[in-house]
Amino acid sequence: MAEYKYTPADFKSDQLVKWCPGCGDHAILNAVQRAMPEVADALDIPHHKFTFVSGIGCSSRFIYYMKTFGFHTIHGRANAVATGIKVANPDLSVWVCSGDGDSLAIGGNHFIHAIRRNIDLNMILFNNEIYGLTKGQYSPTTKLGKITKTSPYGTVEKPFNPGELVIGAKGTFFARTIDAEVMLTKDCLVAAAKHKGMAVVEALVNCVIFNDKTHASFAGDKATRAENTITLRHGEKMLFGKDNQKGLVFEDMRLKVVTIGEDGYTTDDILTHDAHTEDTTMHAMLAAMKWPEYPVAVGIIRDVADSNIYDVKVEEQVAQVKANAKIHSMDELLHSGETWEIK
Amino acid sequence: MENMNTMELRDIVIRFSGDSGDGMQLTGTLFSNTSALEGNGISTFPDYPAEIRAPQGTVAGVSGFQVHIGAGKVTNPGDYCDALVAMNPAALKANRKWLKPDATVIIDGDTITEENLKKAGFATLDPIAELNLDGYNVVIPDITSMTKAALADTGLDNKSMLKCKNMFALGICFYIFNQPEDYAKRYIDSKFAKKNPAVAEANKTAIDAGYNYAANTHQFANTYRVASAPLEKGTYRSINGNVATAWGLIAASEKSGLPLFCGSYPITPATVILEELAKHKNLGVKTVQAEDEIAGICTSIGAAYAGNFAVTTTSGPGLSLKSEAMGLAVMAELPLVIVDVQRGGPSTGLPTKTEQSDLMQALYGRNGECPVVVIAASSPSDCFHYAFMASKIAMEHMTPVILLTDGFIANGSEPWRIPSMAEYPQICPPIVEQCEGDFMPYARNENFARGWAFPGKEGLQHRIGGLEKDHLKGSISYDPANHQEMTKTRAAKVAKVADVIPTPEVLGETDADLLVRGWGGTKGHLEAVVRDLQEEGKSIAHLHFNYINPLPHGVEDLLKGHKRILVCELNEGQFASYLRQSFQQITFEQYNKTEGQPFTLVELKDKFNSLL
Ligand code: SF4
Repeated sequence: MAEYKYTPADFKSDQLVKWCPGCGDHAILNAVQRAMPEVADALDIPHHKFTFVSGIGCSSRFIYYMKTFGFHTIHGRANAVATGIKVANPDLSVWVCSGDGDSLAIGGNHFIHAIRRNIDLNMILFNNEIYGLTKGQYSPTTKLGKITKTSPYGTVEKPFNPGELVIGAKGTFFARTIDAEVMLTKDCLVAAAKHKGMAVVEALVNCVIFNDKTHASFAGDKATRAENTITLRHGEKMLFGKDNQKGLVFEDMRLKVVTIGEDGYTTDDILTHDAHTEDTTMHAMLAAMKWPEYPVAVGIIRDVADSNIYDVKVEEQVAQVKANAKIHSMDELLHSGETWEIK
Repeated sequence: MENMNTMELRDIVIRFSGDSGDGMQLTGTLFSNTSALEGNGISTFPDYPAEIRAPQGTVAGVSGFQVHIGAGKVTNPGDYCDALVAMNPAALKANRKWLKPDATVIIDGDTITEENLKKAGFATLDPIAELNLDGYNVVIPDITSMTKAALADTGLDNKSMLKCKNMFALGICFYIFNQPEDYAKRYIDSKFAKKNPAVAEANKTAIDAGYNYAANTHQFANTYRVASAPLEKGTYRSINGNVATAWGLIAASEKSGLPLFCGSYPITPATVILEELAKHKNLGVKTVQAEDEIAGICTSIGAAYAGNFAVTTTSGPGLSLKSEAMGLAVMAELPLVIVDVQRGGPSTGLPTKTEQSDLMQALYGRNGECPVVVIAASSPSDCFHYAFMASKIAMEHMTPVILLTDGFIANGSEPWRIPSMAEYPQICPPIVEQCEGDFMPYARNENFARGWAFPGKEGLQHRIGGLEKDHLKGSISYDPANHQEMTKTRAAKVAKVADVIPTPEVLGETDADLLVRGWGGTKGHLEAVVRDLQEEGKSIAHLHFNYINPLPHGVEDLLKGHKRILVCELNEGQFASYLRQSFQQITFEQYNKTEGQPFTLVELKDKFNSLL
């Protein structure tokens, strides 16, 4: 463990934060600035190796507020640019900030392929289920039927659940957090940083202006969250509710919410969370849980060790080929193969 | 090996043609390499069908390889051929239009069957009469059966024997053109002897059989020899444009001391560059085969930001997809080389054919005022030089550079005197290692290039992006005067590149009756025809361009003295329009072609003569 002893202030840039007052992104910024000192010490990453990359959208302004290296790219392409950065210099701690429109619509292809490659990026996916910067059009995560500027009669298309997408693409890390839960967010970010390979942290954020309270039904205030979300921790029972009186069991091939002490259920019947299992079945079910039938799962849902990490493999291959190669310079390459002399 | 009636020729064009499975590319390559080793100048061009395995025996399935051999340097693969080797009726039909009036035609007699003639679309059973080939020197050896007879004792199965037909044809050509067999045999040994000695022996036997057949039967009244003329001394190799491009990029990586990164997506006819780069991890090259064209350029932009020498490679449709990201590279002022191997367009167009129609897209195809440097290579081997120069300019001037090649020079090959890397200059990008006080990411040097400060460098933390930036701090700026200043500065930075590029030289008089102007891959053809006409005493000159944006200094002076200026290009006049915009007082005439084919020497000569 290194001891850089950075403080959140070391990660605050001099730029005025211009998100709307009450926007959920403020809380994520706060959590990130708290997480970075911890990440630096835990993984021995000095300040100048942190690099933030974003696409386009409200949340993508994020990089300007971090006093790190930052690249605000173009719409949808943050994951692609970040892939290039990480392959070029695997030593960097590369963070991608992107929204539901940016990464699930225009950048959907780069999103799933970054996950498939399992490149060692840490991604914060800000999900407010709306296009904020363009002023309120529906996004790929907007709830079916929602009235927005471009769906004045309600949307007629079903939304993505980002967690299902990540796990479907065989992602090795997926966590979910809620803007108001700053400490949970911080913990998810630190875990994402520690994870080797692509890590996606979905942050459910509120857009006060164009999609206010979209997550409020289960995430509105502390009491609501206690009853309607479940915080998953590896090795712990899947319990939730004000007094941990509710839990998840697996019956008839599906998850079911039960109350301890009712219908004969005891704590022993409750599932224990295994974030490290490679099998995606349970993780997919947990990520897919929808309020009101289920509590919404937050915390680290999946964190699987997989040694096939893209940037590491690229480095290994280069080193291996170099070690076995006969040609080590351009002059040697130019003279390799068939040549002839004219005298 | 001396023949009685041997005619000395200055140059000769031979076309090998057959089904895609007949091994014509190998046959042509062995023939051209043999000639190169004999000290001839050569230029070659493969002509593949667009489909990987089009139906056998049809005209669509014909694959060809053209070789132009000459005394001294050969600048183009020629158009009309002196000899055609056709392995079936379809090959004969497909190439009929490319025969010179007195050409020698060799067609495998065994393949002239009713079925094959039908497949090739002949109406009668006499292809020679139907194609009006009376008066040509047509020879119809039974190549298939003679090859099988020659290999009868080898114990090979029928299919393996048939695969040696091309070597029989090669043997015939060696005889007719007085070329030795030893190189081809050595090559066959090196390729097959270990894995399959019987196949290697059979191929060599087939060469001998073809050679002996031609020598013994008196079917060929004359044989020909191209005098070997002194080429510049040195060590030579054969190279095609795509490989030369890849190597030029690697050379630039070595000279800059920065690792080469290529993010790319497969696309005809550019894919070979990515394939070639992927081989050279030994030289530190990293390639990412991206999920799409956009990711190709975006990974490269990321790599450039992180301090690699980054390139992306594509063809026209891919260049369209990359436009927005190119704008980001312009805004972020990062070095990046974008290679566009042009093909016939628009849309999917003619993927395997050549054209020069992406020029306007390269110059202007982006939103906003978005200048980039545009450079064009003009021959297979000079792709190396221009790829290197594109890289040098990109890194030293902190700007994206588009390098235009085309399907013709990308696939064509020619002998190349191997340069020594000591002849090439060092590349010195304005890398910032540290700074005192606040780092100003958009502060500039004398070239108007900003400093390149990679993530990971202590004390240089800064933010950049696609939004307009403050002219010094790089932070977001919506200030009108700042936007004006930045727009002008980005243009001035690209214009400043003119200080470091050479002024092209006029081939011929500076006050000719006709100045032929071209750019990029048409150079070999234009130069050959202009030289021809100059030898005939015509007042004609040639001026060729590799540096398109910015144009080199002094171009206007080179244009002034000539009576007429003809801009020749494989599009509908894009360079001509660009020149008119740059030199409004000068009149430019146009000569254009969009058939997916290079100019022919014959049509150029006719055109120039009509203006003289
Ligand atoms: S529009 Fe919505 S998402 Fe954008 S800053 Fe305002 S509250 Fe946040």
